Amino acid sequence: MPSDLESNLALKKLRESAQEAVEDAREFRAEITIYVRPDRLIQVCEFLRDEPGLTFKYLSDITAVDHYPNEPRFEVVYHLLSLQNAERLRLKVRAGGENPSVDSLVLVFPCANAFEREVFDLFGIQFAGHPYLRRILMPEDWEGYPLRKDYPTEGYR
Amino acid sequence: MPITLEKIPGQEERVILSMGPQHPSTHGVLRLVLELEGETVVRAMYDIGYLHTGFEKSFEHLTYNQCIPLTDRMDYLSSLSNNLGFCLAVEKLLDLEIPPRAQWIRVLLTELTRIQSHLVWLGTHAIDLGAMSVLLYCFREREDILHIFEMVSGQRMMTSYFRIGGLALEPPMGWLKQVEKFVKAFPGHLEEYENLLTKNPIWLKRTVGIGKLTADEAIAWGLSGPPLRGSGVNWDIRKNEPYSSYDKFDFKVPTRPEGDVYARYLVRLEEMRQSLRIVQQAMEGLPEGPIKTNAPHIVLPDRESMKTSIEALIYHFKIVTEGFHPPVGEVYQAIEAPRGELGFYMVSDGSPKPFRCHVRAPSFANLQALPKMIEGRLIADVVACIGTIDIVLGEVDR
Repeated sequence: MPSDLESNLALKKLRESAQEAVEDAREFRAEITIYVRPDRLIQVCEFLRDEPGLTFKYLSDITAVDHYPNEPRFEVVYHLLSLQNAERLRLKVRAGGENPSVDSLVLVFPCANAFEREVFDLFGIQFAGHPYLRRILMPEDWEGYPLRKDYPTEGYR
Repeated sequence: MPITLEKIPGQEERVILSMGPQHPSTHGVLRLVLELEGETVVRAMYDIGYLHTGFEKSFEHLTYNQCIPLTDRMDYLSSLSNNLGFCLAVEKLLDLEIPPRAQWIRVLLTELTRIQSHLVWLGTHAIDLGAMSVLLYCFREREDILHIFEMVSGQRMMTSYFRIGGLALEPPMGWLKQVEKFVKAFPGHLEEYENLLTKNPIWLKRTVGIGKLTADEAIAWGLSGPPLRGSGVNWDIRKNEPYSSYDKFDFKVPTRPEGDVYARYLVRLEEMRQSLRIVQQAMEGLPEGPIKTNAPHIVLPDRESMKTSIEALIYHFKIVTEGFHPPVGEVYQAIEAPRGELGFYMVSDGSPKPFRCHVRAPSFANLQALPKMIEGRLIADVVACIGTIDIVLGEVDR
């Protein structure tokens, strides 16, 4: 099955230049997901953006998934796109603990600003180095993080 | 406490102006905070969330089929595009093949949606800049398209017409006649709009050179759709990552190198022409055949077989009460909505409800470039720049 996974250029190049940054890689429905070590995220993104032949210059989306009650409970999900190769790549970073935090990508992709604010707002994940990490969709004085799995859909909190 | 801008020491004479959320030209409930020196915008910030309805949370508590009506209400000007994006994502998760007739009708209707959405954009954009009459013309033609939507789905705007595995119903007899009538009449109407605007000196004064973005800036700020193509980047998901058999249609992707409001206006007008070409091709080559895929455990059976076949009745009961179980996995499906890249990121844990469904809303990403476009320009240009990125706040806030 993992034929696509082995032939994927981005994964191959990433493994060559920064083997220890790649925790895991998976494939489903011809989509590649790479699990990146949290402390190497910025370096990996810069590499994918600048490496000729890869050119993942377009960050199309950032979101998160809550795997409560598993630990580490959050996965922050990045969708990168190479306009040149018409190719997409999904990066994932795990975050957990009392104060989940990952590095901010604002300096690599300016558009990460609002996406990260949204994830912070709805999941309560901190982004270290973000210039303006405030709630974006919910009211400023809201308590709790609505998209967490232990937050009820209706009724009292 | 609402978001505001702090005054910079030494610059106290500058005015902090809160624009919106009730300002008519903010196209909904967008609030901008502007720091002004005279009439020039020095700094700008946007404040959103007034329409936040928690769609993504609601998705997690509904079965896949029940989610479709919610997608209508995100980008309420192009509900069929949202339906399509959602259905394609679930179909990718299920690895479902859609019959050609359903794909063709989907393409036809989403292209009509694009025209309809661009008409609302053109009308409101023009009225923001002082050209009242264009709005009246645009809404006249839009009504024709909404009439077609009403014929096929029973609803003008909240259609919910695309279903997982195909379409909800076979379109009624005579609907193609309406489409044909529209396709014949519309090129003349487009010319009318162009006569009113394209060479109009006031329109040119208000749009040329305003809100400039280079190609690199557009990519870095994650713009998609007409704003990206208006900056000279040739990227259209319909062409570059074809879905729903778009590769079988012949159309061009218009781009303009200038990257200003006028360029984006020209791109959208040309897109309407190209969409019309696609509609025409889809109408002429519409294949015969089923409108739903043959997957009885996923697609609801039709009324007739429910009355005659016990299996159909059982499947109907199972799908309605419990839903279907997609395999464990995750997919990201992007489509070219009228406003840009509309992406659905769907995570399944094998249960009949999405474990997580995230919507990558094009307006949400495009809005980020607004402060960059308006800083250093006059307040009057702010209105032009809001119009040119064509946001729908229902989708920004979700």
